[in-house]
Amino acid sequence: MKYTKDHEWIKIEGDIATIGITEYAAEALGELVYVELPKLGNSYKKHDAFAVVESSKSASDVYIPVAGEVVAVNDSLNNNPELVNNSSYQDGWIAKVKIANLADLDDAMDESAYKKLLQDK
Amino acid sequence: MKKTALNETHRAQGAKMVEFAGFDMPINYPLGMLKEHEWVRGGNVGIFDVSHMGQFMMRGGNSAEFLSKITPTNFKNVGNANAKYTVLANENGGIIDDLIITRMADDKFFIVLNAGCKEKDAAWIRSNLTSDLVFEELIDRSLIAIQGAKAELILQKFIKNGDFGGNLANLPYMNLGSFILVDGEEVLIGRTGYTGEDGFEVSIRNSAVAAFWLKICAEDAVEPIGLGARDSLRLEMGYPLYGHDLDDSTSPIEASIGWVVSKDHTGFIGESRILAEKSQGPKRKRMGVKLLEKGIAREATEIRKNGKKIGSLSSGGYSPELKISIGQGYFAPNEVKLGDKVAAVVRDREIPAEITSFVFVNPKTKAVKK
Repeated sequence: MKYTKDHEWIKIEGDIATIGITEYAAEALGELVYVELPKLGNSYKKHDAFAVVESSKSASDVYIPVAGEVVAVNDSLNNNPELVNNSSYQDGWIAKVKIANLADLDDAMDESAYKKLLQDK
Repeated sequence: MKKTALNETHRAQGAKMVEFAGFDMPINYPLGMLKEHEWVRGGNVGIFDVSHMGQFMMRGGNSAEFLSKITPTNFKNVGNANAKYTVLANENGGIIDDLIITRMADDKFFIVLNAGCKEKDAAWIRSNLTSDLVFEELIDRSLIAIQGAKAELILQKFIKNGDFGGNLANLPYMNLGSFILVDGEEVLIGRTGYTGEDGFEVSIRNSAVAAFWLKICAEDAVEPIGLGARDSLRLEMGYPLYGHDLDDSTSPIEASIGWVVSKDHTGFIGESRILAEKSQGPKRKRMGVKLLEKGIAREATEIRKNGKKIGSLSSGGYSPELKISIGQGYFAPNEVKLGDKVAAVVRDREIPAEITSFVFVNPKTKAVKK
């Protein structure tokens, strides 16, 4: 799994990237009450705002860490947005993207680098 | 940044602190905003630090006459111990602030007003004050709210004696009395609040507030609640928030709180507009907006009817009780009526919505006993 400085995580299987937000990000936002999912089939450039996560206090954009086309969205978040809080890395995934440019992920961090980023905060 | 006497206590309880009206205040505790809201609505008790609000005392034989001039409410007819929600109106009938004024005695009134308006309100009141009246801030006192179905049960445990026979069961909604706590501390307790639940607000000396707060928090039914849940609780009740739903251009008639204008009362500041709007109807009126589909419409969200902008939300957000987004805003009564299907524009997307009453959840405050 890889991580961004904006606190998204990316799991890569073949040319498909599963994307979510990290436990740290979910914790900071508070319990989510709504997730605006990207549209299936939409294509995005790296760092486009492609989803929105909303807690009772605020709405935050989720930036796509890699260019590509959305091939699956986590529909269960429509009725259970709190899955992002309770299972950030499993059931709380947001979307799966067909990777257009793998080099976009060159600046993503591995787990130890991301943990260090959090410690340095 | 200003701090309340409970600042260290909030930090020790793990609160997330934010700036609000110049004060360093808890937005939520470790429980989190949503669960804090549900805790208060769910038959338990929440304790809130609202010491940022201004507490003042007015004294003098003509206090009732004076308050009947600077608000649309006739305080000459208000009995001892009665608390009235009202507004300070300017010459144009706009709202300088909304506040609660309680008659403590014939010549003594306790006034609680909004933190963000404190200096402005005090300057306005002093500029109108007659020389026979004394108006002073109670700077050595904190204010905490204890709200929820079990509030009476919990708070009563800490009371030794006082007004109303020392028994909170005898204290009606929108009434206030003086009480002695079991440790001898003298406090003022009003059956008032901003959540729509039964509950109390306690004015207590700064030097005694932390110990009192911690004793209440030690009760199983009690959790400390931050400003975040306070806002969602009040939004469900349709209570307006100054600076968002009310401002100095908004009249109490537009705000649909015309009941603050006492019957047959005249001679108050701002009366020409307020009385004209009361008889002829206002050009715009505060109404509720309820989303019919998922999505969150917050303050400033544009509201459209048939594709045309008809207004925007003065406040809005997620209702944990209704599990849908709710809000309030000002709309022209000749363009918009209850039940109209409208749309809330969130990130360029029109979400179906409906114009409703701004009271989304029925209040559980105790009715005034006659």
